[in-house]
Amino acid sequence: MSALTVLASGGDQFEAPGVELFDYPPLFSGGPAWLTKPVFFAVFGALVTCAIAWSAFAKPKLVPRGMQNIGEMGYVFVRDQIGRPFLGKDTEQWMPVLLSLFLLIWVWNIFAVIPIIQFPIASHIAFPAVLAVAVYFLKVYLGIKHQGPAKYFTNLIPKGLPKPIYVLLVPIEYLSTFVLAPFTHAVRLFANMFAGHIILAFFSLVGFWFLFEKPTAAGFGVGIIGVIMTCVMTAFEMFIQFLQAFLFTMLAAMYIQSGLHAEDH
Amino acid sequence: MFAAASVLAAEENNPLVPHTYELVVGIFSFLVVVLVVGKILTPRIQKTLEERTDAIEGGLKRAEQVQEEARQTLEQYKAQQKDAQLEAAKLRKKAEEQGAAIIAEMREQAQAEARRIVEAAKAQIEADRQQALQSLRAEIGAMSVELAGRVVGESLEDTARQSRVVDRFLEELEERARTQEQITS
Repeated sequence: MSALTVLASGGDQFEAPGVELFDYPPLFSGGPAWLTKPVFFAVFGALVTCAIAWSAFAKPKLVPRGMQNIGEMGYVFVRDQIGRPFLGKDTEQWMPVLLSLFLLIWVWNIFAVIPIIQFPIASHIAFPAVLAVAVYFLKVYLGIKHQGPAKYFTNLIPKGLPKPIYVLLVPIEYLSTFVLAPFTHAVRLFANMFAGHIILAFFSLVGFWFLFEKPTAAGFGVGIIGVIMTCVMTAFEMFIQFLQAFLFTMLAAMYIQSGLHAEDH
Repeated sequence: MFAAASVLAAEENNPLVPHTYELVVGIFSFLVVVLVVGKILTPRIQKTLEERTDAIEGGLKRAEQVQEEARQTLEQYKAQQKDAQLEAAKLRKKAEEQGAAIIAEMREQAQAEARRIVEAAKAQIEADRQQALQSLRAEIGAMSVELAGRVVGESLEDTARQSRVVDRFLEELEERARTQEQITS
């Protein structure tokens, strides 16, 4: 779809898609400005996540059937691969947050390769930012609650180092924990989805342009390569989508753990 | 982060600047998911998984119990069998002993009976002998008297005659004894 808008505006020259891929007008003319495709599918993704989880976990049986099997695979994966390595015996208590994050992000990411939708929700920074900020507040809240308002901030600093080191260490430590950590948490997911979307759009546009829009003998090979690369990159993107959902949730677990217990320096 | 971004926001649609409405929609979406997936559904699957663990552990424990019971029953049966074998062996031994005792007793009884019979026979013989002796004694007396009478009656003429008389008497005596023997036997 976005490729078509680019083509419509473009002339005879091939133009690689850029940032404009991510600009959307209102869904229908005359509609409210905020009701765009990303907004619509963000909510849709949340509902899909709920629907999938509902079909799997609404009436769980001791002997699982159908969707419950798949849902349990997801649950056990999040519990064993994300929760337990960081949270240990606290895992069960935090599974609601971790499972919600993982499923929502994954569904949002998968939208990048679903026909018609073809848009990774997290490529708009607002969505990963909301999630990262939520985890950030949770982390600080848990730190103050479990370690004490003063102790939480002193626990972050390693003890027993030569005094001059602290001049450097304290600002760096605070900067990394309270500014860079949430920022990179959000941006890592955003940037991956953003770049992935551009890559897919680029290769599919190459294929479309050289095989259909302006087919030439010289361009034929390029078009074929574009199509092949689109397929290859789609597969790769599906892997990245999963990986980023996993990573985001894993970092969330790590941050929650850092709030619950002081690190051993 | 946002300060730096707002400078760039002069350009339209900087990808690093979030739209306010998307922030709102993002919060809403996340809240919906946390509520439905986190609050409602996750506890259900957690409960089910826990119950399953319990069920499996309970099943294993029950199986172990049943096995233990079976083992005990088997041991009981084995013990009972052993007891029964011992009992049978004891009975057999007892029976053998009893049999031997019975045989020995019978033999003794038979021997006693035999002795009794022999003694009775001996006593009978002795009695017969006594009787025979008595009657013989009486006969010998009578015969002696008879012989003496004859010897005297023949008036003892010569020695040859005398010896003839004696021989005849003895022959007669023998004859009589033979006939008597024939009668008694």
